[in-house]
Amino acid sequence: MAPFSYNATDHLALLPPILMALFACAIMLLDVLSPSAESSRRGTVFFSLLGMTFVAYSLALQIRAVTHAPGFAIPAFQGSLIIDALSLFTNGLVWFSTVILLLCAYRYLEIAHEHRSEFYALAFFAECGMYFMAGAVDLIALFVGLETSALAFYILVGFTRANRQSNEAALKYLLLGAMASGFVAYGFSVLYGISGSTQLSEVSKAVVRRGSADPFVILAVVTIAVGLLFKIAGVPFHTWAPDAYDGAPTPVTAHIAVASKVAGFAVLIRLLLGSLASARPIWAPILAVTAVASLTVGSIAALTQDRLKRFFAYSSIAHAGYILLGFLADSDDGRRGILIYVFIYALMNLGAFAFLISLRRPGSAADRHTPGDLIGDLRGLSKRHPLQAALFVVLLLSLSGLPPTAGFLAKYFIFIALINTGHITLAVIAAAYVAVSLYFYFRLVREMYLLEPRPAEQHTVEPLASSLGIRLALGTTAGLTLLIGLYPEPLLRLAFLVTGGVP
Amino acid sequence: MPHLLSLVLFLPLAGLLAVLAIPTTQWRAIRLTANFFSLLTFLASLLIPAFFHIGVPGFQMVERASWIPTIGAQYLIGIDGISLLLVLLSTLISALAMWCSWNNASERGKLYYAMLLMLETGVLGVFLSLDLFLFYLFWDVVLIPMYFIIGIYGGPRRSYAAIKFFVYTLLGSVFMLLGFLALYFQYAKQFGVYTFDLTKLIQVTLDPAIEKWIFFALFLGFAVKVPMFPFHTWLPDAHVEAPTAGSVLLASLLLKMGTYGFIRFSLPLLPRASMEPWIVNLMVTLSLIAIIYGALVCLTQRDWKKLIAYSSVSHLGFCTLGIFALNQSGLSGSVIQQVNHGISTALLFLLVGFIYERRHSREISDFGGLAQVMPAFATVFAIAVFSSAGLPLLNGFIGDFTILSGAFAVNRIWAGVGVIGLILGAAYLLWLYQRTMMGPLKYEANRFLSDLSIRERLIVFPLVILAFAIGIYPRPLFEAVSSPVQEIVERLNSVRF
Repeated sequence: MAPFSYNATDHLALLPPILMALFACAIMLLDVLSPSAESSRRGTVFFSLLGMTFVAYSLALQIRAVTHAPGFAIPAFQGSLIIDALSLFTNGLVWFSTVILLLCAYRYLEIAHEHRSEFYALAFFAECGMYFMAGAVDLIALFVGLETSALAFYILVGFTRANRQSNEAALKYLLLGAMASGFVAYGFSVLYGISGSTQLSEVSKAVVRRGSADPFVILAVVTIAVGLLFKIAGVPFHTWAPDAYDGAPTPVTAHIAVASKVAGFAVLIRLLLGSLASARPIWAPILAVTAVASLTVGSIAALTQDRLKRFFAYSSIAHAGYILLGFLADSDDGRRGILIYVFIYALMNLGAFAFLISLRRPGSAADRHTPGDLIGDLRGLSKRHPLQAALFVVLLLSLSGLPPTAGFLAKYFIFIALINTGHITLAVIAAAYVAVSLYFYFRLVREMYLLEPRPAEQHTVEPLASSLGIRLALGTTAGLTLLIGLYPEPLLRLAFLVTGGVP
Repeated sequence: MPHLLSLVLFLPLAGLLAVLAIPTTQWRAIRLTANFFSLLTFLASLLIPAFFHIGVPGFQMVERASWIPTIGAQYLIGIDGISLLLVLLSTLISALAMWCSWNNASERGKLYYAMLLMLETGVLGVFLSLDLFLFYLFWDVVLIPMYFIIGIYGGPRRSYAAIKFFVYTLLGSVFMLLGFLALYFQYAKQFGVYTFDLTKLIQVTLDPAIEKWIFFALFLGFAVKVPMFPFHTWLPDAHVEAPTAGSVLLASLLLKMGTYGFIRFSLPLLPRASMEPWIVNLMVTLSLIAIIYGALVCLTQRDWKKLIAYSSVSHLGFCTLGIFALNQSGLSGSVIQQVNHGISTALLFLLVGFIYERRHSREISDFGGLAQVMPAFATVFAIAVFSSAGLPLLNGFIGDFTILSGAFAVNRIWAGVGVIGLILGAAYLLWLYQRTMMGPLKYEANRFLSDLSIRERLIVFPLVILAFAIGIYPRPLFEAVSSPVQEIVERLNSVRF
């Protein structure tokens, strides 16, 4: 074992998480020191955004360094962390999701009377964990990253303390999440056992040496795959998702649906397409079944939901199914398809959730549900808020995969990858579910545009709980969704660049 | 003029942006802007024939620009005789459909006109695209505005009809996309280049089994759109529930996208599969079923608009019959009949719309003897009915006759069944006319119906003139389509074993 050293490269690799952790601590300290007035909490939002600017700068430094590095990758900490295209791609998306979270959350939390600084600290801690998920090439660092982000998320899900559903969701998420972590930890320990090293490069060699018929390799790959499929909510490991999505404060739901999933897929890419690539015969069938089951269960369950966030939980399960199909296409097209899909998925879901956040209005205590929870709450929105409704339609078109929006390209590249690698049956199944997804997404359009508002609601025209942050988030995401749909060339170039660099 | 086609294609889109820029409350300005832009598009499209050289093979006025080089998709548009006719039809019908909603405009007009303009660009894009990726984009873009037009401004069952139309056609079109992708990969395998360029893809030689699979993938997309039997079930719902402009655009233009797809893509790209005897027999059988079945269903209809909707099933059956006769006469007849059907069915739907605005009923039994109170309406309706039924001297006859002579050359039974369809067509149309226009005035409520207004007369006027013009002197149409059709037939013959 080399003696501990800390050089410039290590510093570069560690700079973003250091900044995140420092800002998280500073936010908590400031909260103690400053008088707890509403105004200071708005100040926290700006302070957090300042922190995100620093993080962005540190990531930009990494990007600049990587473009000059041999092989577009910079290993650090004796090969336990890496800065490469995949890590930067993932961190960029996680960063974007966190910014959207910061922009959208304050209005929501104020309405729930839970606007406290810990929320922002936890957001930074979660991002810190996800940074390690994206960049770790060592089993221990990877596991620590998984757990750090998960812990922050468990608390965030239960952040609205007075809300029973939020508490219940947090507990469910914690219990099932812990079980998933257990699976992953078990799989990692077996990998360590067969390779004698925690480094992924060594693990990879050991797996190749033992072959994919080796019982220990099978055990490790199966448990790891199951644990990670829990994280990204693939069927049949999805049961936590509808409850957690529904109970969590909506900004947190968005963050789980996007950032957590993006990081989860980064780990899947790093492991399954990287060091466990030679074990494809073991994990491919698991992923195939999960993908098709996710498409089916997600699409069919979304048809019957009344609650918006449960609806989006199931719809994002269906999206996970599409992304998993990309893993089955063993080609550059497949890897590219995954990345493009993940990127566009993040964009359009953030927009959709920003819109959902603006639906939340103070509800009377007598109400069984708070306004903005049900699909029926969308009714007649096109008349009251035509612009927001129109932007939401753009996002829904994208989510259902229609041109000229980005969502079409996401599905297009999955189809391309499947057809090019001869998975015609899977391509046909995936194509058929596009029509189903159109049907369930357009239930929302129907509520907004086609159905007349209920007589009682015509008089109480309540404004959306919109804020500058939400408008900014909604406008940016919907605009980008359309722009990428019409001119995807820059994104495609990025994807080509990234797929060149997965180790 | 260098970018004339792009100008025609994007003028409605510019109109859409202009409409969006006007505040919702200024609905009169919105209405004016939308009508202005669609009229401008029509006038611009009239310039195309001036720069178009009839008889020159291949595509003309081609515009090519790099768009998504990483996947080989380009902005590639061009025109030949077939698309020329359909483009002119599209701009004319769009302008008229826009105008026919003049009195219904209101506070909700903004979205309505925006959607109509988006639809126009979509339809024109479908007829102009020479790049499969671009084609697919426009193909799907058409669905979105139509969903809103039916869903918001339609009849009582609009919500159901709109989503049924949307899901049904999308399901067909995603399979069409898979077919396109398969073609794209087959080409890349042989030539090492990824491209969606139609003029290049045509060079690919396919394994017969793969070619058949691709044919059926494309078939699903086109057949739902036409619609061919048994994929027609969305049609009566969508047509009946749609507002008048929506029905006109659906029947006149959107259905032609399907038949156009067969002619532009299936036949030239997949000639062997298109000539495979069992596939031809299947296609012709489905067409003949559509002709007879559509006509029989029309005979039983009590709803005026539904009858016209089902008549489209029957008439489009003729168009697909002509296509799969696979000879010069059948194909030219099919293209010309598509134009004719666009004209006559637009007239019929417009007239039903006019009546519905006055009487708020479409039950055939609510009418009778209207000729007494609405002589001008009855005259135009008579022309529309005769044109649709295929009476000589009117446009419908030319198309039907050419298609049937094409079918007769291949198989006498096909032509025989087609003739039965024609007779049934005349029967249901004339019977409709008799029940609504002739005889004594049955109901007092109809006594004070006003005749066609100046605006309504002006809207139907160009269509009536065209119906006569094509019926009396169809030569320009035949000249326009003869060269592209000949190319397709030659392409088919070149692979005949």
